[in-house]
Amino acid sequence: MIRSIEKQRNILDFTLSSLWRRRGKNLALLVVYTLVVFSLGSVMFFTQALKNEAAIILRGTPEIIVQKLVAGRHELIPVAYAQKITAIRGVEAVKDRLWGYYFDPIGRANYTLMVPESIDLKDNEIVVGAGISRVRQVFRGNAMLLRTYDGRPISFLIKGILSPESELLSSDLLLISAAGFRQLFGVPRHDATDLTVQVFNKKEIPTIAGKIVNTLPDTRVITRDEILRTYDAVFDWRGGIMIAILAGAVLAFLIFAWDKAAGLSAEEKREIGILKAIGWETTDVLQMKFWEGMVVSLSSFFIGVILAYFHIFYASATLFEPVLKGWSTLYPAFSLTPFISGYQIAILFFFTVLPYTVATIIPAWRAATIDPDVVMRY
Amino acid sequence: MIQLRNIRKVFNEGRPNEYIALHDLSLTIAAHQVTALTGPSGSGKTTLLSLLGCMARPTAGRIVLQGREITSLPERFLTDIRRKTFGFIFQQFNLLGGISVIENVMLPAYPLGQPFSTLKPQALGLLELFNLAHKAAAKVEWLSGGEAQRTAIARALVNHPEVIIADEPTAHLDTRLSREFMDIMGDFKAQGKTILIASHDPLVHESPVVDRVVRMRDGRITDSGVI
Repeated sequence: MIRSIEKQRNILDFTLSSLWRRRGKNLALLVVYTLVVFSLGSVMFFTQALKNEAAIILRGTPEIIVQKLVAGRHELIPVAYAQKITAIRGVEAVKDRLWGYYFDPIGRANYTLMVPESIDLKDNEIVVGAGISRVRQVFRGNAMLLRTYDGRPISFLIKGILSPESELLSSDLLLISAAGFRQLFGVPRHDATDLTVQVFNKKEIPTIAGKIVNTLPDTRVITRDEILRTYDAVFDWRGGIMIAILAGAVLAFLIFAWDKAAGLSAEEKREIGILKAIGWETTDVLQMKFWEGMVVSLSSFFIGVILAYFHIFYASATLFEPVLKGWSTLYPAFSLTPFISGYQIAILFFFTVLPYTVATIIPAWRAATIDPDVVMRY
Repeated sequence: MIQLRNIRKVFNEGRPNEYIALHDLSLTIAAHQVTALTGPSGSGKTTLLSLLGCMARPTAGRIVLQGREITSLPERFLTDIRRKTFGFIFQQFNLLGGISVIENVMLPAYPLGQPFSTLKPQALGLLELFNLAHKAAAKVEWLSGGEAQRTAIARALVNHPEVIIADEPTAHLDTRLSREFMDIMGDFKAQGKTILIASHDPLVHESPVVDRVVRMRDGRITDSGVI
């Protein structure tokens, strides 16, 4: 047992000095390999962290949302619908919500407008997200001019700026009073954007959703799970775009790795012959090549993963910002909560370390099975 | 010590470029002697050495080493015999470039799992024996021809082999270094080692150290040199 460990130590020792002998080639390989792991790791960490973040935020969203449809399009819903929904058994409460989008020609950006439940705002007061504050250069206590649906300008007083911690969703958010909202968009008093429904028993959500559709056939019912699924799809799609772009890079890496690792040079083949002639077995040579592959691929893997981690969670994913971030035209500058799953690491490992190790072992095996007497003929 | 019985070695058998290197050859090598194989290029000296040193298998015939028939052994066992019984000195020295002299000397011992703490002093001791201790950390590329030769000899001895096999060891050495090499072989003989040298250099087969000269031509023994 101890001899076997000593043997592995000796072989590893020789592998390291072997790697150092061809440091130019191996360093180039390490850099390219690290870059690939870094890029793939960044995309994975980023999409997963965003999904995670969104899931945390959406935990506070309503269990059921009811929207009115006209010709398949979202329409304003009569507030009176709330009474019909309240009559369904198992429904705890129904609230009407007012929200919408506003295109700001000055900032050339779309804002999300919402009437908050928890914040008391006077008719002419608003609270804006950090993104809007940056774009419009408006701060607490300033006035901000918005145009109504019929073109009249209204001045609102900025009561506060939303905290940057919730910037992922609030960067382009503008909170406004119900009266202000109705005035701005011309929404009648008896209408709302949609209704939110709270139920007593969470397990009954699908049943109650079904009953609402039966009672009010002109409505669409959205449950929280469906929203979460949509978010997942959106982030996967964004991640998918990056993966598609990176596929080219990965392919180039595979060709590079194959060329560098798989194609044993005549010099390396001769060395394998010498090792065999002086008493190394085929398995010893394979172990050496295995260690060689592991040293290069594991080093690149760990460096790449650590760099990706810092890039995403401490450097705000600077390199991917234009593709992966942003809800409207505002790019929220925010820090993600560090989150890594074993599954992600395993996937990354499977797609980077494994192919490389196989690529190095197979040609080494072919070279290692040559007869040692070949070196006698050089 | 080593017996070859009706050995035949064919390269690329069954192909258009088939080549018979050894024809039905029988030979017995005695222990604790220096045996020189000589003959022109292509006479089969190197092929015979590689068969004697368990580096290759004959196409036909039997090889018996210390009473044990080894021709049919699997590769693992052959390798084990090779590294424990034989030390090789090659024509081109076959040192690995880019690593130090001492690492080259230790290389054959790595797979045996000998701890580094005992292996290193042992390798240093061998280098001292050949006045190379001061070059232990030097890269092999920086060595002169004679130093490279002596490093190769030190490497051949690291696993304490009973038999030393040298293929054209003086091909790249001048007269003084060739004589020095034969003196070293004389010392090994005195220590009880068996030595096999393939060479067409008269300095080798005419050396007083050599006990027996086997002459070869076209893959056959023309003079078995039995005294």
